[in-house]
Amino acid sequence: MKEFAYFPGCSLEKMALSYHLSTLETTKKLGVKLQELEDWNCCGATAYSSIDELLSYTLTARNLAIAEKTGLPVVAPCSACYKNMYFTADHMKHDPDLAEHVNFALEEDNLHFSGNTTVKHLIDVYVNDIGLEELKSKVTHPLEGVRVAPYYGCQILRPRKDHEDVENPGFFEDLLSAIGAEPVNFPLKMRCCGGSLIISNRTAALSMVRNLLQSALDAKAVVIATSCPMCQLNLEVYQQQVNQEFGTNFSVPVFYFTQLIGLALGIPKKKLGFGKEFVSLSPELAQIAKG
Amino acid sequence: MIETISFNQEVENLMYAAEGEPLKTCIQCGTCSGTCPVAGYMDYTPRQIIALINEGRKEEVLNSNTFWYCASCYHCTVRCPQEINITGLMYALKRYSIWKGKYQEGLIGPTFSESFVKMIVRTGRSFEPVLAPSYIFSFNMREFLTEITGATGLMLKGRIPLLPPRIKHLDQFRRMLGRIIPVGGLE
Repeated sequence: MKEFAYFPGCSLEKMALSYHLSTLETTKKLGVKLQELEDWNCCGATAYSSIDELLSYTLTARNLAIAEKTGLPVVAPCSACYKNMYFTADHMKHDPDLAEHVNFALEEDNLHFSGNTTVKHLIDVYVNDIGLEELKSKVTHPLEGVRVAPYYGCQILRPRKDHEDVENPGFFEDLLSAIGAEPVNFPLKMRCCGGSLIISNRTAALSMVRNLLQSALDAKAVVIATSCPMCQLNLEVYQQQVNQEFGTNFSVPVFYFTQLIGLALGIPKKKLGFGKEFVSLSPELAQIAKG
Repeated sequence: MIETISFNQEVENLMYAAEGEPLKTCIQCGTCSGTCPVAGYMDYTPRQIIALINEGRKEEVLNSNTFWYCASCYHCTVRCPQEINITGLMYALKRYSIWKGKYQEGLIGPTFSESFVKMIVRTGRSFEPVLAPSYIFSFNMREFLTEITGATGLMLKGRIPLLPPRIKHLDQFRRMLGRIIPVGGLE
């Protein structure tokens, strides 16, 4: 059985609970064991780096050190958590001065991070560790005819430069095809949802969200699939505000990719956190969820 | 003799040390500005900000909204032909302006970031309701009401916690932070 250390991050406790539930249900069904980190702390999102760089590395390193004790690769479902963990691990591995300073602070909690833990985004577990062929073989309720916009967002890949294609990746599309869905050509799939600008510059963020929703609709998608709690929040919860602001009439459901995998695996929708959304399932998906 | 360092060096010193002195290598191609999804809302585009820094025009840089409007999407960073970490530069400018206590009036970014960090220093975890006062009073009445309606909706869907979570090792956690920053200053 494949096993990973699991860092859910603050959003998944409540705001993105459906991401957490569908992650646990689908990994269980696919024979993957997730071991939640003991007493993890907030990764800091974008705020720590705005205040103090060393502080941001230290807070993330605490979680990495806890993960390292398990000896397992660590998985983060939130793209911002993932980006912070990935680069903190990378910097500490290659920068002995930074590692020494951060580890000096970690001593206070009897922790040490040597830089040897592999950091993965959750989607990578489905695409590469479970594998698309294996996933396909477990599908009982293929999402046939459901046109899905694969929304990558930013920090799932950027600013990594070691990935095959940081401008136009295809693994999200492949994943959607594996569960029988029809991934649409979504030109803005790598564009930003606005992130925390939804608080600090709402006008800009709402306009970014509007562009994304319009691009998905132009591609005739009936649902947007996301892999990040911040993207889900901006695209779905603020959709009504976009409509008020721009006089539009968007009603596009936005679900986590794990929820869609769960439906394809025949897991009851209640267990996947459906019902917490503001824009309901499209008729196509509702049909599959019922069956 | 006292050596004064240029604004360009000051900013580069605040960027991640391993990156050296990247700003002088900027060729002003404008790929960053063309890529940035927020450039249209900024006082100066990312390309202009780099030019101003290299010219030593500190006041104009610090008084601009540019770096506080950076959403950290890293799109400019992966496209820069000179491999300048432009998002890292925006963070460096955020830190510089907080450090100097100097930023454009009316911006939500600085107070929001500070409230966020204070919250983490107190509990180790994020708890959205604590953050609301840092920005909600900057909103106009319509935005204020929309925000309250939105928060109520999230509450009804069970998507906002009622009580702040906190980590178990809080004492050790705070001692750990004390080795990095003067924690007292953040309370």
